[in-house]
Amino acid sequence: MNEIAVALGEAGRLIFGLDAKLAEIVLLSLRVSLTAVLLASVLGLPLGAAIGVGRFPGRQALIVALNALMGLPPVVVGLLVYLLLSRAGPLGQFGILFTPAAMVAAQTILILPIVAALSRQVIEDAWQEYREQLQSLGAGPITSALTLLWDTRFSLVTIVLAGFGRAAAEVGAVMIVGGNIDGVTRVMTTAIALESSKGDLPLALGLGIILLSLVLGLNAAAYWVKEAAQRRYG
Amino acid sequence: MLPLVLEQVTFAVNGRLIIDRVSMEVGEGPRTIILGPNGAGKSVLMRLCHGLLKPSGGSIVWRGTNGGRRRQAMVFQRPVMLRRSALANVAYGLKLTGVAPRERELRARDVLEAVGLASVADRPARVLSGGEQQKLALARAWALGPEVLFLDEPTANLDPGATRDVETIVGQIRAGGTKIVMTTHSLGQAKRLGDEILFLNQGRLVERSPVDRFFAKPTSAEADAFIRGEVPWD
Repeated sequence: MNEIAVALGEAGRLIFGLDAKLAEIVLLSLRVSLTAVLLASVLGLPLGAAIGVGRFPGRQALIVALNALMGLPPVVVGLLVYLLLSRAGPLGQFGILFTPAAMVAAQTILILPIVAALSRQVIEDAWQEYREQLQSLGAGPITSALTLLWDTRFSLVTIVLAGFGRAAAEVGAVMIVGGNIDGVTRVMTTAIALESSKGDLPLALGLGIILLSLVLGLNAAAYWVKEAAQRRYG
Repeated sequence: MLPLVLEQVTFAVNGRLIIDRVSMEVGEGPRTIILGPNGAGKSVLMRLCHGLLKPSGGSIVWRGTNGGRRRQAMVFQRPVMLRRSALANVAYGLKLTGVAPRERELRARDVLEAVGLASVADRPARVLSGGEQQKLALARAWALGPEVLFLDEPTANLDPGATRDVETIVGQIRAGGTKIVMTTHSLGQAKRLGDEILFLNQGRLVERSPVDRFFAKPTSAEADAFIRGEVPWD
């Protein structure tokens, strides 16, 4: 118990003292996960809209596959990306293994199915409501999909945040493809794992607190934005 | 574009016949009211005419010149508003028909003025009252300058005041030379707004008469029973 109290105190000192090493780790985490969520959204939102609005052979199988991929274990994604990027792998020539770029790639693959599958559901529900009206106005499938993406924007924000939460909290994928190299690829989750096993509880705990507050703060902001927007736009 | 000619049109869902061999011609001029009990197929017939549904059998052809262009619009029982301003909802329809941006705003403002919604033009459409939303739906359809306007029970969910407003707007649209085709279950509304009645029962077109003759001396037993079954003061 006493140990936890000491660790908490030390964690507070690191956080409020703006410890340089801590800041570096937090910033890299944000950079990697935000880039991944941006890429996954740019690819996943249109994909979700296309599957939500489109009717084509194999659509149901694709939906099932995407839903299943939401539960992808991060270590498996890490392993696959590792194999692709390793020196002997098909993408080995780019030499990005053990760099932040590899971590971005792994996290993008991890959360793309989440963004695509959840946005597909939101868009398809909206499509039920809008379809006749949009067709009556002469909107084709692409126009309809774009209209629905814009009209469901408040729900989609929540989905993108869920993706960010998943990316920022996972440890398996970035550990494998990043290698947890100090000052290069060490992010919050890999640092927590390492410091815990080393017994440096204050740093681990400090990072844990920051990670939690970050996710909590983002979700509070998103909830507030969504509520305000829905009150305003109906 | 008119006349619209239906020949032996059927529509079936899972083997159940909703529309049963309907042949008719809808020409310019008279306001056409599609009347009939619940489940008669009124809304389905209208969606077939508008092109939202494809017939299972028979043919639906626009005989007039300009048939290829979308010069028809539809207003639904429950209006679907996009999550944007009232003005932007009208402009959206105009955008889909290829109207230039500056022209869109001018025309949208004009038509909102005409339906009495100028004061709420910049309010989000989804927070308007039910009556205002239906007037907005009429404005959105009217702005397209349709040759034919289909109305599917446009006042079914409205209070008497809003119903009166909607009927007035339909009159204005008609005065501009637009053909009106409307379903209703209100005999009073059919008398007020109709010139001719298409009476539908169990998917079949049972009777077609001018409105005075239909109510004074229906030729079919089904229509007679339908008229007498209705409350007289509606």
